[in-house]
Amino acid sequence: MDNPRSARQRWMSVLARAETDRLRALLEDQAPLPEYTVLRGPEAGLVMVRGRAGGGGAAFNLGEMTVTRCTVRTETGLIGHAYVQGRDEKRAELAALTDALMLDPGRTDALERQVITPLECQQEQRKEERAAKAAATRVQFLAMQTMRT
Amino acid sequence: MTPGFADPVADAQSCFRAVLEAMSRPGRVQSVRGVTAPAPLCDAAAAVLLTLVDHETPLWLDPAAEAARPWIAFHTGAPTDGASFAMALSLPDLDTLPTGTDEMPETSATVILQVTSLTTGPAYILDGPGLREPATLHVTGLPGDFASIWQRNHALFPRGIDLILCAGNTLTALPRSVSVKEA
Repeated sequence: MDNPRSARQRWMSVLARAETDRLRALLEDQAPLPEYTVLRGPEAGLVMVRGRAGGGGAAFNLGEMTVTRCTVRTETGLIGHAYVQGRDEKRAELAALTDALMLDPGRTDALERQVITPLECQQEQRKEERAAKAAATRVQFLAMQTMRT
Repeated sequence: MTPGFADPVADAQSCFRAVLEAMSRPGRVQSVRGVTAPAPLCDAAAAVLLTLVDHETPLWLDPAAEAARPWIAFHTGAPTDGASFAMALSLPDLDTLPTGTDEMPETSATVILQVTSLTTGPAYILDGPGLREPATLHVTGLPGDFASIWQRNHALFPRGIDLILCAGNTLTALPRSVSVKEA
């Protein structure tokens, strides 16, 4: 995470997946939050999701996805952006505000420890649970092939 | 960085209506609302940009208005490779802007020109489609030989540049079809 761009990409992606209530609760512990103005949105729109067959083929359009975006500016002039899946406007606004706060050197560490890391852990845990459930239903084609020969 | 329209849908619609009225009744002054412009633009110019310019319309921005570029880029997403629109603080050389072709006159540029005033200054007599009788327009901020520059543009019809004049929170338009004489 030496590259500032990838560091920001990481926390923006964590914030984009965070649930509204959980993010709100975590932010309440960070009070006082600065005043902020909304520069754009929150507004919902469609984004074309593209994929590659097998991860390496030619790009194709998988389908459109509803995305809500928001940009805020805190009273200290920091600008935060958020693009989140779905139509939850409050979620986009909170994520954008957190992104702006993360740019404040005086707050980055506290936020990283108390907001971003807990959210990331929760998201990782969910991902593993889902992967474990899916893995349980996995069919071993290799085994069937071995049986035939 | 400041927000765009206070009410993005209603304000953009009302500004579009103002531009439409101005284009169809050349020289009649319209007013717009709902936006606080970034320096050095006036409110009307900023509103017209928000209303007409988007990621499909390349914008040429006057170097003198460079300070407003981040705001314009953020709110409109307009590319800079070409000139469907030109945002100018002083009248640019019209010969350098696309005037369209006889087959596709709609591909010409629309110049959004910020002037000092639309109520005082030299008077111009406008005549052409949309005007039952010649109309008078006072503008401060146009070059001294504007009438002859405009007559050359007018003579290109159906090709030519359309001009939107903005001052403060008011605007008016000179479509290429209108002829301009000094009063």
